[in-house]
Amino acid sequence: MKKYFCILSSNFCILTMASDHIVGIDLGTTNSLVAFMQGEAPVVISGDDGLNLLPSVVALDGNNQPVIGNAARNSLIETPERAVYSIKRLMGRGVEDIQDELKLFPFRLAQDLQPGEVLRIKLGDKTFTPPEISALILRQLKRSAERFFGGPVTKAVITVPAYFNDAQRQATKDAGRIAGLEVLRLVNEPTAASLAYGLDQKQNGMVAVYDLGGGTFDISILKLHDGIFEVTATNGDTHLGGDDIDNLLITIALDDIRGDLGLDFRNNDLRRSAETVQAIRKAVIEAKIALSSQPSAKLDIELPGGKRYQREITREQFEQLIQPVIDRTVGPCKQAMKDAGLKPEQIDEVVLVGGSTRIPKVRALVKELFRREPHTDLNPDEVVALGAAVQATILGGGSQATENMLLLDVTPLSLGIEVAGGVTDKIILRNSTIPASATQFYTTQVDGQANVAIHVLQGERELAKDCRSLARFDLKGIPPMAAGIPRVEVKFLIDANGILHVSAREQRSGKEADIQVQPSYGLTDEQVESMILDSFDNAEEDFRRRQLVEARNEAATILSALEKGKKSPAWGQLTTDEKKQIAKMEKALAAVNAEDDYAAIRKAIDALNQGTMRLAELMMDTAVSTALKGKSMDEADLGEGPTAPHPMAKAEFE
Amino acid sequence: MRAAHFCGSCGKVQPPAPVDYFTFFGLPPKLNLDVAALEKDFYVLSRRLHPDLNATAGSKEQQWSLEQSSMLNDAYRTLRDPIKRTEYLLHLEGVALEEQSKTATEQARATGAIKKQIVPPDLLEEVFELNMELEELRMNRKTGEDDSALVAEIGKQKLVLETKHEALLDELETHWKDWDDLIDRSQAGRAASAEELAQVTGKMVDVLNRRNYIRNLVRDVNAALEE
Repeated sequence: MKKYFCILSSNFCILTMASDHIVGIDLGTTNSLVAFMQGEAPVVISGDDGLNLLPSVVALDGNNQPVIGNAARNSLIETPERAVYSIKRLMGRGVEDIQDELKLFPFRLAQDLQPGEVLRIKLGDKTFTPPEISALILRQLKRSAERFFGGPVTKAVITVPAYFNDAQRQATKDAGRIAGLEVLRLVNEPTAASLAYGLDQKQNGMVAVYDLGGGTFDISILKLHDGIFEVTATNGDTHLGGDDIDNLLITIALDDIRGDLGLDFRNNDLRRSAETVQAIRKAVIEAKIALSSQPSAKLDIELPGGKRYQREITREQFEQLIQPVIDRTVGPCKQAMKDAGLKPEQIDEVVLVGGSTRIPKVRALVKELFRREPHTDLNPDEVVALGAAVQATILGGGSQATENMLLLDVTPLSLGIEVAGGVTDKIILRNSTIPASATQFYTTQVDGQANVAIHVLQGERELAKDCRSLARFDLKGIPPMAAGIPRVEVKFLIDANGILHVSAREQRSGKEADIQVQPSYGLTDEQVESMILDSFDNAEEDFRRRQLVEARNEAATILSALEKGKKSPAWGQLTTDEKKQIAKMEKALAAVNAEDDYAAIRKAIDALNQGTMRLAELMMDTAVSTALKGKSMDEADLGEGPTAPHPMAKAEFE
Repeated sequence: MRAAHFCGSCGKVQPPAPVDYFTFFGLPPKLNLDVAALEKDFYVLSRRLHPDLNATAGSKEQQWSLEQSSMLNDAYRTLRDPIKRTEYLLHLEGVALEEQSKTATEQARATGAIKKQIVPPDLLEEVFELNMELEELRMNRKTGEDDSALVAEIGKQKLVLETKHEALLDELETHWKDWDDLIDRSQAGRAASAEELAQVTGKMVDVLNRRNYIRNLVRDVNAALEE
């Protein structure tokens, strides 16, 4: 027996600093969220608009600057050729994979796309790869978190659909890197959801998580015992979700419009048609949401040329319509139960995740499948991000709340290699707990052969051509030997993110074989490097810069409020000395505001705030008395209150 | 004795020792195994080796944690399953199972080569009959004939095969006992001879091959019924 001595004396664990926040991010098809553990409970961090959900929409404004979220949503209707949504559908995919999506989504591909190249989407006249667009969404969430913490955020756990393949996972990790985030772990969405649920309900048993989101469907079956969340089977469809329901409704509306109103957008100019389609999309989504709580919903859309399209949809019609879509979740659920070796009666709890599980018909289907009432205690839009925050804490060294919690996840798809005759030889089966590995031996066919080609696949089909091609690579630099003599050991390892790593060694010479893995769909390291938005090292500097910009904005707001204050009757009630003091502080703020010293600006803002306190009070009194005299608050010229906390802010009156 | 997964003095994760799966869990190379105890040990080790719980460690330790926990998962997955466990032990003993494996079968099917597969003698008659029926089923389907009686008959045969498939596990277990006895004897100082060991492994190979054969047959039947 070999014995290993500790050779780590110089390698002490670096304690995670208190300021080193690791956030959990749900990068969704429709909406994205960022969350963190506040004490012992995960909470969602809201954006600068005060909302928890950031719509996963990216647009370019008139100056070609990216706009993300709700702001970009308007652009979907006003300038649809400069906006993109549901980009998650394109992550890690090749142009030949997405022909079906292109019929239904207004993705505009770059014209000069070469076969095998990573997709590029046109926004205005610029092009972006799907990981770059996702990175813009991630950066927005990163900023929200930085604003919340008042310091840089550089580490994150990001969730992915459990059924994402290697390329889709890698693309998500790349997006994180481009956004300036170190992705500590990719966690499967249904598993993350189970962590959020498991936090308050520490119990043992078998749990099924049914996750139907905007664009993806996952089913995971977990065994919970004493804090270990062990996934026993997972299945799904990475192109099935609320989007598909929207597209059905849009298609019907377009057919109606063509048939009844005689309008055909195909004859109109592209721009107007895109606008109308987006207006229809917005209307049908609203109707879909309404139908979860109402027996019927109305569509009322203004069309080009002044005509209106009006239609009522009843719950019954809606349910009939979506039946084929939601029925597509049945097969994966049954397969997962079969793989887990369970009958529906043996499942103790069912948890619903994803916005589409709000649809009553979906809930009825789940109830029928698992023969029990599903749990809906947590907000299905937020539960994944909350779980990601729990996992972030576990990775950061744990807390009291996460003590004893450990996630054991699985790989959703079998890993195989192509062997003679185009057949897939499976070397790591689906639902194997990760990390997982397999070792294969290769030799040469010809004397002196220096390279051996290997084709790695992912999928369940027997023939290589029916599986997903992950990568092709050459084992290079095999020492010259007679055919069949070299013995190259190739180790395939799937890490805890579900991402494959390959290493090789020629055993007779002990030589580490050189491997260049060329992913079939994906960016190279160099490409990712060149795309990085906020370089890792610049995170601190970027934060300072933004802090500075925000302080300058605040200063400008205060200075303009002061100008208004000077014109108010309250100004006259100040003593000459007070006025002199204020003027001095005003001058001081204006002076430092031209410099780049954040601390000085901050100090000057605080001083002026303090110095104008009495003026603000007097103004408030005037306003109140004006209001009592019958004038409204608005008329009592209070000026546009700054959004930052300030004595002169409107918020103080409310 | 179990492989040393942690440093004896500081408790940190160590690089994985190049050991077999039995040694990884500190088990003797025996086939009768307490799966419940194995599961318990798997969880105990997971709580220390998993990368999630070593994410704040140095990069070397993180790498070792990744390697160790993948080996833990591979070992557990292999040993908890009776068939995989037997196949793994045979692999350690240098016994090849290749001719009748699924890969070989698929390869043969894809290349159109005649599969080097020997029909187990006790199945000859049934296999012959079943193949005739499957052929008839395919013909009927081509002409669009109703074949419910034939489907029922094939279903019945499939059930017989599945029962046999199950029974072979019991048969395998009797050989486990023979194997474990030899290991116990060896550890008690009376080493088993190469012939004795080969005799037992030979029987296990035979059972596994028959089992594989039936499994492939059932798969063919399922495929034909689904067509």
